[in-house]
Amino acid sequence: MAKSKVIPHHDVPLDQIIKPENIIFKKTKLFTDNVLSYCPGCGHGVAHRLILEVIEEMGIADKVIGIAPVGCSVLAYEFMDLDMQEAAHGRAPALATGIKRTNPDKFVFSYQGDGDLAAIGTAETIHAANRGENITVIFINNGIYGMTGGQMAPTTLEGMKTSTTPYGRDPRQMGHPIKITELVAQLPGTCYVTRQAVHTAALVRKAKKAIRRAFEYQKANKGLSFVEIVSNCNSGWKMTPVQAIKWLEENMLPYYPLGDLKDVGLD
Amino acid sequence: MGEILLMKGNEALAEAIIRAGVDGYFGYPITPQSEVMEYLAAAKPEERTGMVLLQAESELAAINMLYGAGATGKKAITSSSSPGISLMQEGISYIAGAEIPVVVVNVVRGGPGLGTIQPAQSDYFQATKGGGHGDYHLLVLAPNSVQEMSDFVPLAFDLAFKYRNPVMILSDGLIGQMMEKVELFEPIPRWTDEYIREHHGNWATIGKTPDRERNIITSLDLVPERMEKHNMHLKEKYEQMEREEVRFEEIQTEDAEYLFVAYGSSSRIAMKAIKLARAEGIKVGLLRPITLYPFPKKRLRELADQVKGMLSVELSLGQMVEDVKLSVECRIPVEHYGRVGGMIPTPEEVVEALKTKIINR
Amino acid sequence: MAKIAGAVVVDIDRCKGCELCVNECPFDVLAMSEDVNIKGYHYSYMKNPSACTGCLACALVCPDTVITVYRVKVPDTAKS
Repeated sequence: MAKSKVIPHHDVPLDQIIKPENIIFKKTKLFTDNVLSYCPGCGHGVAHRLILEVIEEMGIADKVIGIAPVGCSVLAYEFMDLDMQEAAHGRAPALATGIKRTNPDKFVFSYQGDGDLAAIGTAETIHAANRGENITVIFINNGIYGMTGGQMAPTTLEGMKTSTTPYGRDPRQMGHPIKITELVAQLPGTCYVTRQAVHTAALVRKAKKAIRRAFEYQKANKGLSFVEIVSNCNSGWKMTPVQAIKWLEENMLPYYPLGDLKDVGLD
Repeated sequence: MGEILLMKGNEALAEAIIRAGVDGYFGYPITPQSEVMEYLAAAKPEERTGMVLLQAESELAAINMLYGAGATGKKAITSSSSPGISLMQEGISYIAGAEIPVVVVNVVRGGPGLGTIQPAQSDYFQATKGGGHGDYHLLVLAPNSVQEMSDFVPLAFDLAFKYRNPVMILSDGLIGQMMEKVELFEPIPRWTDEYIREHHGNWATIGKTPDRERNIITSLDLVPERMEKHNMHLKEKYEQMEREEVRFEEIQTEDAEYLFVAYGSSSRIAMKAIKLARAEGIKVGLLRPITLYPFPKKRLRELADQVKGMLSVELSLGQMVEDVKLSVECRIPVEHYGRVGGMIPTPEEVVEALKTKIINR
Repeated sequence: MAKIAGAVVVDIDRCKGCELCVNECPFDVLAMSEDVNIKGYHYSYMKNPSACTGCLACALVCPDTVITVYRVKVPDTAKS
C-alpha cells in the first residue's frame, strides 16, 4: 500500500484505547489455541482465518465439515475448531462428494494446495466440479510444493526455480503452468469461480467477501463454488515474506490475474 | 419368511444394499460386477429409501467418497472387481487408519494386470493381508451362494460399525454371475444421526456442536508415541476380531480322514468332490472359511489331529494354502490345488488331486 | 489532530516476525523489536502509537492473527 504522506496523530493515552469495549478486531473463536504450523508470513494463516470468520458470521459452525489436504495445510484440522476430515493427497473433492451427497443439509468445504488440487487430484477436482457438487473448494496457489521442500508444482511459473527445476521450469520439458481455475470455470457444474489474493489489507477484504459468497452459493444449492487464493511461499521461493509478496505482485498476478471468472448470480 | 426370488449374485447384492438401509453406494463400472450399479440404478433407491447412488469418475474417487460419507457415520458401500480394487487400495489403507466403517465388495476376476474377466480367487492375499500400505487388516467375508451375497451385506455393516473398520465381501465372478433362489431379508430402515450417536459413538464428523469437542477423522499422527499407540489400538481390534468373529462351515468332518479347505465358489466344487470321493470310500470333509480374516486357525489346528492331510482348493496359484499351513503348524501334509486364468476345476480333478497330492504322496 | 485514535496489541509470543504488518501499516506505526520472543523471533510492536488510527491493515494481513485492534473516537475535549 502506498504510504500516506500525512501521518495522523492523536494524544489519547493507550490505556484509554486498549479496553475490551473498544476492540474492533480480534481472533475468531473458531481458531483453536494451537499455534499455526506455517512459516512466518505464509498466506495459509490468512486464508484459514477468512474461512473461519465467514463460518462464524454465517452462524453455521455446527453444520460445517471441512476437509484438509496433503501439503502444508495437512494439519489444518489442528487449527480450525470444526469437524474435519483429512484426505489422501488430491482426494478432497471425492470426500466432499461423499459427505455432501449423504448429508445434503451440511456445509462442506475442501481446502487444497496447488499440487493437491491441480496435479494429483486433477480428476477429482474436475469431476466434482462437473457434477456440480454443492460444495466449496478453497484452492491455495503458491506455485510450489511447500511441505516437501519446494519442488515444482503444476502452477510453478515458467522459468521459476524450484528444487526439482533448479535451472527454472522449462515448458518444453515440464509443460506450462496450469490455470486450473480457468478450466473449472468452463464447467457448467460451477456457479462461482474466482481468483483472489490475501497479501494486502484491501485484497484480504475482497477475498473474504469472495469466500462468503462461495458459502452463500452453497447455502443456495447452486453447485460448486471455487475460490483460488494466489499466495506466497517465502520458504520455497527463498525470499523474505516482504520480498515474496512483492514477487507475487510482479510475477504471479500477471499470469494468474485476480477477479471473478464466473458468477452465475445468487438469485 | 421373506420374499423368494431367482437372482444373480450381483443382483442379490444390489437388492441387499438397498434393504440394508445403506446411505450411499459409490462405484465405477467393471466386469464382472457391473450389474450391481445397473440394478441399483433401475431400482430407484432414491425413491425407495433415499439412498444415494453415484457413478464416480474412477475407483479411486469412489473409495474416497466412501471415506467422506463413512466418516459422517453414514453407511457407505462400493463394489468393484480386482483391477478396480487395486486402484482403491490407497483409500482402503486410509480408511483403515482413520477407522471408518465402510463395506467394499470385490467380485474377483483373474489377474495380474487386466488378466481376465473370468472368475478367480487370486486376490486372497490382497484382501486378507492388508492390500494397501501400513499395518492393517480388513475383516473379510467370503460368500459362496447368492443367498450369502444378500445376507452378508447387513452382516458386513454390523461388523464394520462394531469395529469401526472396513469390511470386505470377497466374492468372485462365479458367485456374482450365477443365478440361484434367494430369500430376501426385510428392509432395515436407514439410521438417523441420533441413532448412530447413540449406538455407535459420537465420533462422526457431522458438524461440531457446542456440547462436544470437534471430531477429526484422520490417519495422520506425526508424534511417534501417539502413532504407535494408535497402531497398537488397531492391533487390539484385530485380536478382538480373531477372538469373536471367526466364522466357518464344516461339511462331513465328523468322520473325515482328509479335509478340503475351500471358500467361495471353490467350496461348492469341493462339496461335489466330497460326494465323488466318498463314493469311492475316501472319507473326506470340508472346512469352508466364511471369514478369511480372521481365519479359522484354531479349528484347523484341531482338525490336524484328526485328519491325515488337507488340500486347499482355490482358484489361484496357492494363496490361502499358506494360512492353512500356518494353522496346522506342519503336523500333517497340506497341499494346494487350483486352476487359474478363469479356468474352473471339475470335482473329478479335485478328487484326483487329493489322491495324488495327499493320499498317495 | 485525528478524530480517531487506534491501538494494537500484539500477542508477542505468537508473533513469527514476518514483518508483513510493518510493511502494510500506512502510517509507520509498527516496527520490529530488537529483542526476541519465546520462539526467537523479533516481534512487531507499536513504535509510533500516536499515529495509529485502528485501520486494521496490520491485523488483516497478519498470517497468525496475533494482532488485536482497538479504536475510539477522540473525545471532543481533546485539544490539538
